[in-house]
Amino acid sequence: MLTNQPITRRRSLAKLWKEHGAKYLLILPFALLFIVFTVIPVITSMIISFTSFNMLEAPSFVGFRNYINLVVNDDIFLIAVKNTLFFALITGPISYLMCFVFSWLINELTPKVRAVMTLVFYAPSISGNAYLIWKLIFSSDMYGYANSWLLRLGFITEPILFFDKKEYVFPILILVQLWLSLGVSFLAFIAGLQNVDKTLYEAGNIDGIKNRWQELWYITLPSMRPQLLFGAVMQITASFSVSQLSIELAGFPSVEYSGHTILTHLHDYGFIRYEMGYASAIATILFFTMLFTNIVVQKALRRVGA
Amino acid sequence: MRNVSNIVTSIKRAYISRQFKRRNRSIMGDMSLTFLLGIFGLFSVWPLIFIINNAFKPLNEIFIFPPKLFVMSPTLTNFQDLFIIIGNSWVPMTRYIFNTVFITAIGTVGTVIIGSMAAFPLAKYVFPGAKTMSKLIVYSLMFNGTVTALPNYIIMSKLHMIDTYWALLLPSIGGTLGLFLMMNFMVQVPDALIEAAKIDGANEFTIFWKVMMPLSRSAWITLIILSFQSLWGTTGGGVIFTEKLKPVSYALSQIVNAGIARTGVASAVTLIMLVVPVVVFVISQSNVISTMATTGIKE
Repeated sequence: MLTNQPITRRRSLAKLWKEHGAKYLLILPFALLFIVFTVIPVITSMIISFTSFNMLEAPSFVGFRNYINLVVNDDIFLIAVKNTLFFALITGPISYLMCFVFSWLINELTPKVRAVMTLVFYAPSISGNAYLIWKLIFSSDMYGYANSWLLRLGFITEPILFFDKKEYVFPILILVQLWLSLGVSFLAFIAGLQNVDKTLYEAGNIDGIKNRWQELWYITLPSMRPQLLFGAVMQITASFSVSQLSIELAGFPSVEYSGHTILTHLHDYGFIRYEMGYASAIATILFFTMLFTNIVVQKALRRVGA
Repeated sequence: MRNVSNIVTSIKRAYISRQFKRRNRSIMGDMSLTFLLGIFGLFSVWPLIFIINNAFKPLNEIFIFPPKLFVMSPTLTNFQDLFIIIGNSWVPMTRYIFNTVFITAIGTVGTVIIGSMAAFPLAKYVFPGAKTMSKLIVYSLMFNGTVTALPNYIIMSKLHMIDTYWALLLPSIGGTLGLFLMMNFMVQVPDALIEAAKIDGANEFTIFWKVMMPLSRSAWITLIILSFQSLWGTTGGGVIFTEKLKPVSYALSQIVNAGIARTGVASAVTLIMLVVPVVVFVISQSNVISTMATTGIKE
């Protein structure tokens, strides 16, 4: 019995290769790159999160100390978590809906017009740092567009210091994030809508579908479930990963930490204080937060149109 | 006479197809939705208009108060200034442009082909390891790149990739976004088609190239846009140190960083860097078409 085991094992490997070899070959080039440039670095970071590591001396193992410090001692991290969750709760669903609604409306147009309208809505994402324009708009002096307009229309008598007032920072960040949100998911929805079988609409009409809303719920949405799931993952990661936007617009640190997110906190420890262990712990916590959100959202999405 | 009857039938056909298209649509609904599209479209596109206008503004108009969106006396000075600066560049600008074009072209083609190749079996077959791999790919999208930058750098330097094109190409080709996108579209290709191709004697590679790719055309066109855009804007920061190997966006950002006197030039640079992705975008987008309908395949 014992001697037989390696042989059957080898035989089953051979069988596996015979049945699925071509599939593994197709995956191989990507898998290599994926393991080298994603899996290994991510696992390394997760291991580093259990160490104290300043990038000069060798990391020393500290167990769960980074995590405990984050949750128990780091008040600013708690502000960051609160801000991030609040931010994601608002921008996530709204941006997802926007992506879908606009792609759905654009899909009704003729191909040429559709291409132009897609560009119009995708414009904020196509030019890498176009959001910096919002800095000009909400600039604190009279040269800022918002201040200049408000002054001329007589709503205010002196310029508002938009990024120096706690109550303005957060809404502005949300506005700009929503403005930026028609990105990858939006394009995926546009492409997905094209692939919906047109004869389904014809059949639906016979079955008594009366208006565009019923058409949407009973035919369009169920037909593009894979794209909807894809879009959800994209919008979740985007709405939880706000940092560059906050740093560029609200400054770092922002006034009273009003624009502080989990990722700006990470940025602080990773690039300013060089405490990589602590930074990695933050990344790991963020990772599990997104993972959990994703599982919940995917469960909900499976019910669409069903 | 035949011509006339041809025209009549084609008009009839057009009318019927128009009727078909307008089914389940009310005029009020159409009007209000178009209105909505217009309002939000303006909100979305105005930075683009701003960038275009700014590039043609003379310096005194850029700093005018109150600020104006539209240019009053358009000029090409910004572009002329830019070309003078470029002419004095130590490494010729053509070299920077070559670097970017090379990286963008190879990177985009690589991303599309290698990503789609892996997406096909993961989307359509059940085999040992497939589920784990798919899950890892989705999860990896959620791990922030900031802290993996350090391990990534160490790996690249161990592989002697630092300061070569590979340092930009390979991580981009191994990116999971493209594969995840392709997987979600390939899932929709009917199994019956793959079975039919197999009965005709096609192997997995033929099926991939002749069945899966044509049928997920709108997906990889979208992927081309995404990949092109990210590679086009790359500055090679942190991995490319030799001046001759640097991408054009790095060279242009150096010009822009030279101070406030370059504000006009900076807006010209922004416009120039934007034109290529926009052209690629519009051409690609008009090719995002219904693949299932043109091939007449239904499950």
